Amino acid sequence: MSKPIEVDDASFEQKVLQSKIPVLVDFWAPWCRPCLMAAPVLEELASEYANKITFAKLDVDQNAQVAAKYNIMAIPNLIIFKEGKPVSQIVGYKPKEELKKDLDAVLK
Amino acid sequence: MTAKAKKEYDVIIIGGGPAGLSAGIYTSRARLNSLLIERGVVGGQIADAEMVENYAGFAEGVSGVELGQLMQRQAAKYGLNITIAEVTGLELKKEKRVVNTTKGDFTAKAVIIASGSERSKLGTPGERELTGKGVSYCATCDAPFFKEKPIAVVGGGDIAITEALHLAKFASKVVVIHRRDRLRATRILEERARAEPKIEFLWDTVVEKIEGEDMVKRLNLRQVKTGKKSNLDVAGVFIATGFKPNTDYLKGFLPLDKAGFIKTNDRMETEIPGIFAAGDIRLNSARQAITAAGDGAAAAVNAEKFISQ
Repeated sequence: MSKPIEVDDASFEQKVLQSKIPVLVDFWAPWCRPCLMAAPVLEELASEYANKITFAKLDVDQNAQVAAKYNIMAIPNLIIFKEGKPVSQIVGYKPKEELKKDLDAVLK
Repeated sequence: MTAKAKKEYDVIIIGGGPAGLSAGIYTSRARLNSLLIERGVVGGQIADAEMVENYAGFAEGVSGVELGQLMQRQAAKYGLNITIAEVTGLELKKEKRVVNTTKGDFTAKAVIIASGSERSKLGTPGERELTGKGVSYCATCDAPFFKEKPIAVVGGGDIAITEALHLAKFASKVVVIHRRDRLRATRILEERARAEPKIEFLWDTVVEKIEGEDMVKRLNLRQVKTGKKSNLDVAGVFIATGFKPNTDYLKGFLPLDKAGFIKTNDRMETEIPGIFAAGDIRLNSARQAITAAGDGAAAAVNAEKFISQ
């Protein structure tokens, strides 16, 4: 079972931007309930897309640098990075089936 | 407890807010084999509330998250099964009611629909494009991103005023924009908002357009009585104008009103025997945690009667 990894300001460059496969970063904060709603769905997807897409979590409260760089002004906020660049962004809670469409589009 | 292998139940409850959890407490205590299906996290919309002050029995108030957890614990104590899945449809197969989900089909003798409602969109140009770039639907999520910045809240109900009060802790200024000349919100909330120096009101005003490229910059406003147009510079706008029931998956199965709400009788019965509805999704619901809980209990009692018939 593949689980989402934790990333922070320090490890973002290496774990996300330099990743060989696409990385979905879940920008979240402990006070955000829809973020907590999204978490179990993302865990399931992390398993289903193992070795195809890495799933990562970044706490915006603790990691203001990365959050500011990508202009995060609403959470949950999912950004998919491919070869170091954001290629897809999903703002707000979305059901699993809708997320899968976005993930599949990135893999095409 | 997560139900995995089992697919047949006496009662299936769709939605894990106060209506669904109360229904679950009652059906489980009636020793009906019950499954509650929730798509996200159990607790429902009350979990968005920092403090629930109007739920009878909690004289000092209770945080929404805690109230949800207490209900869940109470239901679990009597054996309610909970699974996390998205319900995609309902079907009738002979005497069985089939609930289609992203984790497969589950069947039951009775179904209680308690899937609640979610924030509706304003439908204004710029809203969709700037969602996440200053347009928000959740003050508890996003208020900290607007520290010392001017923001607007659109709406005049309890949620709008609660959000304005929360945002006032962070923002430099909060302008409440309401299309009528008085608030719909509970009087005590209005009193607090009027006493909060950071909160201002713009009456009889609607948002015609949200402007900005990478970020929200300005709102184009229109005074509905005079027709006068104006602009308001803000860094963010929180939309709290209304709610839309989560009933898309019921289209074609159950008659819904124009806005998507479910009509029930006073026993919480829908037009289909054995299918009950409770809480926010009911037409003319008071949209309160306590009325939702009451609906859930009533639906459960009547579902039990239906099953034993």
